Amino acid sequence: MSTTAQTPAQTSSKPVRRPGDRIFAGLSTASGILILTTLVGVAGFLLWQAWPAITADPSEVRGGQGLLYYIGPLVYGTLVAAVIALLIAFPLSIGIALFISHYAPRRLAQALGYIVDLLAAVPSVVFGLWGVSVIGPMMLGIQAWSVDNLAFLPFIGGPASPKSMLVTGTVLAIMILPIMTAVNREVFLQTPRLHEEASLALGATRWEMIQQAVIPFGRSGVISGAMLGLGRALGETMAVAIILSISARYTPIITSPANPGTIAADIALQFPEAPTGPPLATLVASGLVLFCVTLIVNMTARWIVSRRAEFSGAN
Amino acid sequence: MSKLIEVKDLNIYYGDFLAVEDVTMTIEPKSVTALIGPSGCGKSTFLRSLNRMHEVIPGAYVTGDVTMDGENLYGRYVDPVSVRRRIGMVFQRPNPFPTMSIKENVLAGVKLNNRRLNKSDSEELVESSLRGANLWEEVKDRLDKPGSSLSGGQQQRLCIARTIAVKPEVVLMDEPCSALDPISTLAIEDLMTDLKDDYTIVIVTHNMQQAARVSDRTGFFNIAGTGKPGKLIEFDDTEKIFSNPSNKATEDYVSGRFG
Ligand SMILES: Nc1ncnc2c1ncn2[C@@H]1O[C@H](COP(=O)(O)OP(=O)(O)OP(=O)(O)O)[C@@H](O)[C@H]1O
Ligand SMILES: [Mg+2]
Repeated sequence: MSTTAQTPAQTSSKPVRRPGDRIFAGLSTASGILILTTLVGVAGFLLWQAWPAITADPSEVRGGQGLLYYIGPLVYGTLVAAVIALLIAFPLSIGIALFISHYAPRRLAQALGYIVDLLAAVPSVVFGLWGVSVIGPMMLGIQAWSVDNLAFLPFIGGPASPKSMLVTGTVLAIMILPIMTAVNREVFLQTPRLHEEASLALGATRWEMIQQAVIPFGRSGVISGAMLGLGRALGETMAVAIILSISARYTPIITSPANPGTIAADIALQFPEAPTGPPLATLVASGLVLFCVTLIVNMTARWIVSRRAEFSGAN
Repeated sequence: MSKLIEVKDLNIYYGDFLAVEDVTMTIEPKSVTALIGPSGCGKSTFLRSLNRMHEVIPGAYVTGDVTMDGENLYGRYVDPVSVRRRIGMVFQRPNPFPTMSIKENVLAGVKLNNRRLNKSDSEELVESSLRGANLWEEVKDRLDKPGSSLSGGQQQRLCIARTIAVKPEVVLMDEPCSALDPISTLAIEDLMTDLKDDYTIVIVTHNMQQAARVSDRTGFFNIAGTGKPGKLIEFDDTEKIFSNPSNKATEDYVSGRFG
């Protein structure tokens, strides 16, 4: 038999590796390295360009009072806008995705799925313009109402404005909704039939089945989707630049026109007039900070996902 | 708390496809009823229609009657969810919830029925259910580990524990031992013998010896050919089915001369 003849050769040498395996392993290693070098390259470039601002005399930096003074409020504003967007988009995207995956009749579900995917393709400038001309005015009423009735809340305050952080966050939420919904829908659709039936057979209603089988199974996917959305909200430029006019430093209030702006929008707005030297470097430095914030957010998400990996159902 | 189930003129459909035709049988309380027959003859389909799990498949429906102690399970105002709470089911492939620990798996159904359960009660229930499923000794030290960390046979017994934890009136089992080794199989067969003191049990099996060993009554399903509906050919005491069946097809099947 030919197999017996091969055995000694196999045991004496290394385990056999097929060319396909080797090529694939090579390719995936190469792409991994490529991503890493790109990342390091970008960070290195930003650091190099930002260096003049870091070392410069505080008075030479944009704003004239040092780097932290300039970037601090922008980081704060970026986070506020992104968090508002996530708070709105997270429950909505889960709701819409569940409706598409588990409630809607099949034809309707397909149509809705396409619409959501189409929304994801709308350019952000369009959302920005729509935000100023439609969403802002539309939300003026509810903001004015909050200012009148909910002013005891620390983040509510007048004068109500269509150019507020809340409007920005809402527009951002609409922008990140499609991608988050698409991710959630995919993971919810992948819940094994077996687990859904296990739950139903125990006497779960459809909603209980979703809580028991679908959502826990999709948990890590949902978090990944939220991080994708958050990343986009953090980096979104045009929509924010169109809506907000930067006019304050740290403020907790999200309903008035006074706001610290966001990093990406600030870069877009300032860049045309940015000269050279430390003022330009200041903008690059704020870009570097944005890069770090996004990285930290993503790593935190990975960590959250991996903490309960053994319960993930991925086995 | 075990119940008598009467099935009358039951037709079971997947959309336009009639999968099982005209079944009439009486399932006695506190007994084990076995369903046997060749692959594709509709045993699983029939079993799932008993606790209204059939209709969770899009387009699937039944006509005819299934009554439990006189109450029509397919009555107009009967909630399928409450039917499933009273008629538990164990699937062919073990399906513990992968996102839950062993303990949470056992309590999964109870949490649905009655959300407030204090700590000592729930611990007691976990232990008694796992003991009932013959699994307690093997897992008592790792109740917080994921359910998917168990072996296949242990997972199946975990699913049985989960099913009996809600104290159903009837337990349906679809080939519960098909993925198990002989020792786990024996453990589950012993379990069925114990369980029938309290529950009405219906089991689908391809294993003749198993049907002969554990069941009191046996139903033989068959199909005339592909695309044709499955039918209940003969339903009688297990002893009679295996020693002296009245139908030729049954005799051929149980003696292994099928086809
Ligand atoms: N989800 C479904 N949709 C459409 N037809 C189905 C579905 N499930 C089963 N069927 C069909 O119904 C018939 C009966 O299937 P069923 O699974 O009940 O057979 P079975 O007796 O349990 O077979 P086995 O012994 O292999 O498990 C088969 O013809 C099968 O193709
Ligand atoms: Mg089957």
